[in-house]
Amino acid sequence: MIDVLYFAWVRERIGLPREKIETEAKTVADLVAELRAREDRYDLAFSDLTALRVAVDQTLTDFDASLDGAREVAFFPPMTGG
Amino acid sequence: MRISVQDAPFDLGKESTDFAQGHTDMGAIVTFTGLVRDLPDDPLEVMEIEHYPGMTESALREMAQTAVARFSLGDVLVIHRYGPLYPGEMIMMVATAARHRKDAFEAAEFLMDYLKSRAPFWKREVTAQGADWVASKDEDEDALGRW
Repeated sequence: MIDVLYFAWVRERIGLPREKIETEAKTVADLVAELRAREDRYDLAFSDLTALRVAVDQTLTDFDASLDGAREVAFFPPMTGG
Repeated sequence: MRISVQDAPFDLGKESTDFAQGHTDMGAIVTFTGLVRDLPDDPLEVMEIEHYPGMTESALREMAQTAVARFSLGDVLVIHRYGPLYPGEMIMMVATAARHRKDAFEAAEFLMDYLKSRAPFWKREVTAQGADWVASKDEDEDALGRW
């Protein structure tokens, strides 16, 4: 079981801020593929990975990162602080 | 070092004065303050800032620690707000204390460059025309290249 979080327009497109997901995904990319297969709103949100960033356990990483031991994965657009 | 992620406004004068206290070995303090800027052609009603509680604080702390080591800082302060903010309001500030001004200026720029594209904040602008998430700029990502 893994906590999956969504922020900004990713949250709006998917329609919820977080959910618990039962998954055997080995990498972030595997998890994305599972999510996209679920429903159109996920497929749409993840249609352009270059427009997305990912953090595993609150550290920025890449889509090929391992999910081994991960508790939390977050998807969001490029950050716009400051 | 102090990192604060908050919805409440902050008092720039008090924060700057407090930060400047007790640094007898530091000769320079630089502060930067970011404000909500109105949009020239489409007046801004409100800017909403979303963030990732937990990761925001740890990402800012890591940036601040890197700046301390790299620019030999005596102290760092980062305050960043979230929630609804109106034109002219202060969004955030950084302050850096160093022995000499060059390190203090550079450390403030370093922190701002990293904060803009590595701290998990997202801005959404609401106008009479609707609401839009602010897009990141290539130049913000490119700015990291100089460090």
